[in-house]
Amino acid sequence: MTKPDYVLFDKDTTAIIFGNQQAAVQRMLHFGYLAGREKPSVAAIVNPSGGRKGLMKVFYGKDEILLPMYNKLGAAVKNHPDADVIINFASFRSAYDVSVEALNYPTIKTVAIIAEGIPERQTRQLIALRKKLGKWIIGPATVGGFVAGGFKIGNAGGALSNLLMSKLYRPGSVGFVSKSGGMLNEMANMIALNSDGVYEGIAIGGDKYPGSTLVEHLQRYEANPEIKMMVVLGEVGGDDEYEIVDAIKDGRLKKPLVAWVTGTCAKVFPSEVQFGHAGAMARGEAETADAKNVALKEAGAYVPNSYNDFDKLIRTVYEELKVKGIIEDKEEVTPREIPVDYDPRTMRRTTNIISTISDDRGDELLYAGIPISEVIRDRYSVGDVISLLWFKKRLPQYVTEFLELALMITADHGPCVSGAHNAIVTAMAGKDITASVAAGVLTIGPRFGGAIDGAAKYFKDALGRGLTPRQFVDEMKAKNINIPGIGHRVKSVHNPDMRVNLLEEWAFANLPKHKLLDFALEVEKITTAKKNNLIFNVDGCVGIVFVDIMHSTGIYTEDEIDEIIDSGALNGLFVLGRTIGMIGHFLDQKRLHSGLYRHPWDEVLYTLPSETEVLEYSDTGKKR
Amino acid sequence: MAQRGIREYDAKRILAKHMKSLSKGTFKYRGRVVLVTPEASIEAAAKRKHWVKTEKLTVKPDQLFGKRGKHGLLLVNATYEEAKSWLEEKMNSTVEVGKVLGKLTHFLVQPYVELDKEYYLAFAGHQEGDYIHFSAEGGVDIEANWDMVTNVNVPIDAKIEDVDLSLILDSVSNDDRAAFQDLITALFRFYRRLQFGFLEFNPFTHKNGEFFPVDTVARLDDTAHFLCHEDWKDVEFPAPFGRELRPEEQYIEDLDEKSGSSLKLTVLNPKGRVWTMVAGGGASVIYADTVVDLGFGDELATYGEYSGNPTTEETYDYAKTLFDLMTREKVEGCKVFIIGGGIANFTDVAMTFDGIIQALDDYAEQIKEHDIKIFIRRGGPNYKAGLAKIREAGKRLDLDMEVHGPDMHMTKVVSIALKNLEDGR
Repeated sequence: MTKPDYVLFDKDTTAIIFGNQQAAVQRMLHFGYLAGREKPSVAAIVNPSGGRKGLMKVFYGKDEILLPMYNKLGAAVKNHPDADVIINFASFRSAYDVSVEALNYPTIKTVAIIAEGIPERQTRQLIALRKKLGKWIIGPATVGGFVAGGFKIGNAGGALSNLLMSKLYRPGSVGFVSKSGGMLNEMANMIALNSDGVYEGIAIGGDKYPGSTLVEHLQRYEANPEIKMMVVLGEVGGDDEYEIVDAIKDGRLKKPLVAWVTGTCAKVFPSEVQFGHAGAMARGEAETADAKNVALKEAGAYVPNSYNDFDKLIRTVYEELKVKGIIEDKEEVTPREIPVDYDPRTMRRTTNIISTISDDRGDELLYAGIPISEVIRDRYSVGDVISLLWFKKRLPQYVTEFLELALMITADHGPCVSGAHNAIVTAMAGKDITASVAAGVLTIGPRFGGAIDGAAKYFKDALGRGLTPRQFVDEMKAKNINIPGIGHRVKSVHNPDMRVNLLEEWAFANLPKHKLLDFALEVEKITTAKKNNLIFNVDGCVGIVFVDIMHSTGIYTEDEIDEIIDSGALNGLFVLGRTIGMIGHFLDQKRLHSGLYRHPWDEVLYTLPSETEVLEYSDTGKKR
Repeated sequence: MAQRGIREYDAKRILAKHMKSLSKGTFKYRGRVVLVTPEASIEAAAKRKHWVKTEKLTVKPDQLFGKRGKHGLLLVNATYEEAKSWLEEKMNSTVEVGKVLGKLTHFLVQPYVELDKEYYLAFAGHQEGDYIHFSAEGGVDIEANWDMVTNVNVPIDAKIEDVDLSLILDSVSNDDRAAFQDLITALFRFYRRLQFGFLEFNPFTHKNGEFFPVDTVARLDDTAHFLCHEDWKDVEFPAPFGRELRPEEQYIEDLDEKSGSSLKLTVLNPKGRVWTMVAGGGASVIYADTVVDLGFGDELATYGEYSGNPTTEETYDYAKTLFDLMTREKVEGCKVFIIGGGIANFTDVAMTFDGIIQALDDYAEQIKEHDIKIFIRRGGPNYKAGLAKIREAGKRLDLDMEVHGPDMHMTKVVSIALKNLEDGR
C-alpha cells in the first residue's frame, strides 16, 4: 500500500541508522514498543568506523533482539528495501557525503541529518538535490521529530519518562513544527498539557538553510485529516515565517494555527548577538521576531503576546475546536509496559558476551533453539548437530551428509603429516591427551589442511568476477600466489588422491549444479599441464564443493556465503575431522607405551656459521 | 556555527593568492594591503613592503563596520608620514559608530587608487543559489542608487560558466564586457570555492588585467573551516565592533571550544538584577524574550546557554563564572537567578545539576550576602533526581530557592521571579 505524500513516518516506517548510536536506537525501540508497533522501527545500523559487520544487541520490550549492523550504507539499503528513512548521525565533516549517497537510493524517501555545523553551501546543495529527487530532508542540526504512537527519529522525544508524560505513545490532534530541536520535547509536553496531545512534531533545525522548511511541514499537516490544529515555534532571522504568512493568505493553510516567533529580546541587545542557532540573527527589520509575530497575527494566525501565554492560547484554540465538534474525545490508550531495568545507559554494562547458538539456562539445553531431547529423540545426525551449532539452521539432509563425509575423509592421513606427527611426538613425551591433540591441531594452517577456506575464497571470487580458468591461473601467477587447493606433496596425476575422487563422485551424484567444482576441474587441467603434482587436492575439493552446496540450498546470499568462508567455518571441518585422527594417534602411542622421541642426528643437516663470522661485529671481534 | 564577518585585510590577502589561478591568468590582484595594530606598526610594515613609503596611501579602520568616510575615519591620498601621524592619533581611540562605542585597534593600509569609474559588485547566498549584483554606479551612495543595480542568480548546482553574465553588463561599454565577464567569473569562483556567504567590492575598478578593489566586505561560513583551512590560513573572526570579549566571556568561549557540548555567554549588563542560566539554544532565547516581554530587558544581565550534555565539571565552571559575575556589583534590593530550561532530549539533568550544586557550595555565602533569590525549572532525562538534589542543597545551604519541574509552564518561573523585583521599581 502506498502512503499518502503527507505521511513521512507511521507505525510501519522502518529506518536505517547511520552511526553506531546504540542509545538512540534503544530509545527508538522503546518508543515503538510503548506505542505498540508490530516490528522495531530500526531495520539496520551502519557502523562505518567499525569496519566489520555484526549485530547490535538491543531490547524490544522484554525481549533482547539483534539488529544487523553493516559497514557500508549501500549494503544496508540493499538488504532492507522496506526501510525508507535514513537517520544520518555522521559528523559535520562527512554528513554531506553520506546524505548525498542516501538521497540517491531509490528506496529512501526521507533523510534526517543530526549533525550541527555542516557548511551552508553543502546544505544548499543537498536541498537542491532533494528537491530534484522529490525527497525530504529533516535537519541538519536537529534532534529530528516524531509521529506520536508511530515512529520517532533517534533521540527526539527524550527519555522514557518524557514519552509517557507527553503521551507520545498515541496520536493527538496537533501538528507541531519548530526550528529548535531542544524545544521539541518542551513543546510536546506543553501541547499535551493543553490539548489531547501531539500528532506529529518536527524540529527542522536551527541552521540558516534548513533541509525542509516550517511551511512545508505545515502543508503536510494541512493535508493530513488526522491533524486538526497546528502549532509553530519560529525564530528570529531568515524569512521562513513569511512563507507561512503567504500560505495562510492564499489559502494553502486553513487549519487553526497557533504561532510564536522567539527572539523578541534581540531589540534590547547592544549589538548583533548571534544566538545559539546559526540561523538566528536578524538582518534587517523584517527578520526580527517582533515583525514576524505581527505579520503572522495580521495574516490570521493565533499569536500570543509573549511565550508566557503560548500555552493558554493553545488551550483556548483547542477548546474551541472541541466545542465546534471538530475535535472529538478519543479513548485513552494504555501504553505497553517497558521493564525499567532495561536502561540504555546501563545496558552495555550488564552483558559482555552474546550467544546465539546455545542456551543452557532453561529446563533443557537448547542447540540453536532446538531442545536436546528433540535432537536425540528425532535422531539428529552428527551432521545435523554441526549444522545447528555452526550455521544455526537444520540444513537439508544432503548437506549434513556432506559434512559427515568431509569429516570422514579428513579424519586421518597417516602418522607422517605434521598434525599427527606432532601429536605422536607430544604423546611420546608423556603429555596428556589435551596437550598432544592441541600440539597437533596447532599445525593446521595455510600449509597444512587449512587451504579449505582459501580455495573456497579464491575460486569463488574468480568465478564471481567472470574470469576464465586460464585468466585465473595467470592472475594468481602474476600476483605470485600459490592457488590454494591446488598441489600435493606426494599425490600427482599418476598417483591420484582417492579422497578427491570420492568427493567429486558425491558432488556429481547429489548436486544438480556444481559450477565451482567444474571451474576448479578446468583449472586443474591447466595446472597439471604445467606440473604433474599440481592436482586438485582434498582441502580444495572440500571447500569448493561446500560453496556449490551453499549455492544449491538457496538459503544464502553471496554476501552471506563470503561471510561464512571468512569466518573460518570450512577450515573448522578439517580441524574437527582431523581431531578424530589425532586422538587416535595419541591413544595408539599410549597403548604402545612409547618412550620419548628423539630425532636422529643423521636426519638433520647441521650447518653453522664460523666463530669469526658470528663475532665479527661484537666487541670481542673488534678487538681482534 | 554560522556566517561571520572577516576583516577586509584578510579577504584581500586571501584573494591575492587565488586571483591568478581562478581567472585562468586573465586577471591579477597584487594584494597590496597591510594591517596596522597596536602590536604591528606601519613602520614595521614599511620595512617589509616597499610601496608603503613610496605610494600615496588609503588608511581606514578594519573592524567590521562600514561608512567609514561618513564617520570621519577615512584617510585618502596620504603620504607615509601623514598616514603615520593619522594612525598615531586614531590608534586606541574610542569612537561612536551607529550607537556603539568602541576602541579602534585595527587599520587597513593600502595604496590610494584614483578611480575614474566606481563599479559595484556583490555576491550573496540564498537557498536556491547565489545572487550576483552589479552596477556601474557604485561607491558610497550605492544604497541610494540601488535601482541602477542589475542582478542575476546562479543556481546552486549550476556553473558560473553556464550563466549569461551579459544580462547584468548593459551599463558597461562593449569593449570592456569580456574583461568584466572574466573578472566576475573569477571572483565568483573565489566566493564559492572559499565558502563565502557574502562578498562585496564597492567601489572597484580594473585596468589592464589588474583588479583594484577599494572597499571589501566579506562574510565566511566558519563551519567550512575543515574544508578551507589551508586556503583561509589564519583567518580571524573578530567580535563585532564595540564587543570586545570580557575575560569571563573569553573563558566560556575557550571552554566551549574544548568541549563537545555548547557553552555560550554574553554579558549584557553587569549591574542587572536578572541573571539566567538556561539550558538549550532554543529555550535560552525564550527565557531572555520573556524577561524582555515582561518589561525587564534593561535588568537582564547576561544571555547564554549550556546544552548538548555538558559534563558535571563543565557545568560547574559555567555556573561558577556566573556566580562570580553576579556577586561583584552591589545593587539596591535583591537579585534573581533563574536556572531554566525546557525538557532535555538527552542532557542528563542530574549530572549537570551536580555541577551547579558544586558552584552553589562555593558561593553560598556571597549569594546570601547579595540577596540572590534562585528560581529553577527543568525537565529531561533524570530530572527528578536532579531537582531533588538541588532542592536538598538549597535547604542545606539555607538559600532562598524555588524548584519546579516540567509540569509547570517553562517561562512561568520567569514571571514568578520578576515579581520579586517589581517593588524595587
